[in-house]
Amino acid sequence: MIKINNLHKSYPMGKDSLHVLKGIDLHIKEGEFVAIMGASGSGKSTLLNIVGLLDEHDEGDYFLNGQKIEKLDETKAAVLRNKFLGFVFQSFNLIAYKNALENVALPLYYKGIARKERQKIAMDYLDKVGLKDWAKHLPNELSGGQKQRVAIARALVTKPKVVLADEPTGALDSTTSESVMELLQEINDEGMTVFVITHEEDIAAQTDRIVRLKDGLIISDELVKNKVKITE
Amino acid sequence: MRFLFDSDTWQEIFSGIKKNKTRTGITIIGVMWGIFLLVVLLGAAKGIENKFNSLFGDFATNSVFIWSGQTSMPFKGFQEGRPVRLKLGDVEKIKNEIKGIDLIAPRSQGAGFVVRKFQSGNFSVSGDFPVLNKIQNKNMLSGRFINVKDIKEKRKVCVIEEEIYKQLFEKNEEAIGELISINGINYKVVGIFKESETIRLGDNIHVPFTTFQQVYNRADNISWMIVTGNDSSDIEQIEKDAKLILKNLHNVHPKDKRAFGGMNLGQMFQKVTEFLLGMQFLTWFVGIATLIAGVFAIGNILLITVKERTNEIGIRRALGAKPWEIKRQIMLEAVFLTSFAGVLGIILGGGALMLIDTFIAQGPEAPLKNPTVDIPVILIAAVTLVVLGTLIGLIPAHTAVSIKPIDALREE
Repeated sequence: MIKINNLHKSYPMGKDSLHVLKGIDLHIKEGEFVAIMGASGSGKSTLLNIVGLLDEHDEGDYFLNGQKIEKLDETKAAVLRNKFLGFVFQSFNLIAYKNALENVALPLYYKGIARKERQKIAMDYLDKVGLKDWAKHLPNELSGGQKQRVAIARALVTKPKVVLADEPTGALDSTTSESVMELLQEINDEGMTVFVITHEEDIAAQTDRIVRLKDGLIISDELVKNKVKITE
Repeated sequence: MRFLFDSDTWQEIFSGIKKNKTRTGITIIGVMWGIFLLVVLLGAAKGIENKFNSLFGDFATNSVFIWSGQTSMPFKGFQEGRPVRLKLGDVEKIKNEIKGIDLIAPRSQGAGFVVRKFQSGNFSVSGDFPVLNKIQNKNMLSGRFINVKDIKEKRKVCVIEEEIYKQLFEKNEEAIGELISINGINYKVVGIFKESETIRLGDNIHVPFTTFQQVYNRADNISWMIVTGNDSSDIEQIEKDAKLILKNLHNVHPKDKRAFGGMNLGQMFQKVTEFLLGMQFLTWFVGIATLIAGVFAIGNILLITVKERTNEIGIRRALGAKPWEIKRQIMLEAVFLTSFAGVLGIILGGGALMLIDTFIAQGPEAPLKNPTVDIPVILIAAVTLVVLGTLIGLIPAHTAVSIKPIDALREE
């Protein structure tokens, strides 16, 4: 699903440039539940942005769903994002003046789906994350955990191939964190590829595979043996 | 174009506008004020123009008055200081010699002591041809003006001004057909007119030219004449030519400036027209400038909004909004705001003009008359607004997509 060979990325910093990714090789198959771990500054966010087509890489190859990604203009990138990728952000990034249902329906609007159908699909996904009764509420009327569920519903609504989650539990307390991870697990169980960035060990421990990054390089890539299963 | 009729497009715009009620309100007021000023100023300018036109309206504006005086230069054996008299024959010659003359009215004027029953007064009396009524549209209150038959038969009839009627007759008394005595000769009143407020020729009583000729024993002499040019002729040239012909006929030095006098109404009218034109230019200038200022305010505010919404735009793009979809939305917002404000301004401007019409522009003393704005002018203003709105929308729209989605998302 995601295939990365010898990926490099630098950011210009005044006269010098900051070499953030120094040759990443990563292969994620369809249906995997992967956690990227690393301290801040290790390059994990940059990696996610490149995978999410929000940023461009400098060197190396990146294949998304078998398609080579290079020299994308913004329009093509937007189409691919809409088609293949769903985003979940640490700060939720819901649109403040749209209610939960409208927020979930937004990606479908850009996909060109008619309004009624959009509402229906969005409602199904809100139901799936258990927030059907909150459909008409604005984001500031929801708790942090609820906001993140709305964001997850929004990420899923276009039926993407990959869900990219950037510190999805970073702004949540441990109880709500668990319920969010549980939700991501459910999604993964349905066959979706889930790509989580985190710096919390116990969050990473709930995934299938942990990739550790340090100073722009992968230092370890292993499957989780004793996966922590959340029990009711 | 399909997206214009898509309810989703509008829903997106309305939710964006609803979120920012204050800035939307202020923006709308800016543009509304601009177009409001334009409409009101244009309407007022038109009102002043209408007023001027109505003042001049009853008089042919491309006219020249010509009269005679005394020579100031010796010529062909004649000494200077010789009085010159205009003759009836001059009129015919001028009419035949000069092209572009529409009407020409020779006039004789004198004074008369008028008596009717126990009322009397001194008034000016003039001998006129029916053609005068075409040059200066007499506002007949009742009866008729002098006609061809009066001239031919030298009838003793007269047309009197309303003021004289008031002095000589009882209130509501029928005057038409009554006799009044002018210098001891009885004339039958055939018409009553109201004198123009602007160009007063000072005639209180009109009698047929031929009657006047005989009664006052003027022979072929006339006091002065009014010459009007047709639409395509240059009235100043006509004045010059006519004077030259007259000088030739009366043995006056061609460069003598005193022998014949003239007053050119066309020139006066042109000055007024130029003034009105200047005023209209000023109105357009002020109106359009205000409008542009308003539209820039919209651009400015949208630019600020785009900055405020950077994060939101980042989210939308992460969710799959194409750059042109973002651009389109922001530009449509700009056009919608300007158009809405424009329509509001036009309606309010129209309302203001109606108020001006009701409270200021009534009666003969009013500075304005019928202040209106033509529909094409409104359309031009509206189209200008939409075009300016589109152009100004380009700036924030470009800014919105110039930031990379990743940077936009980082913005909190």
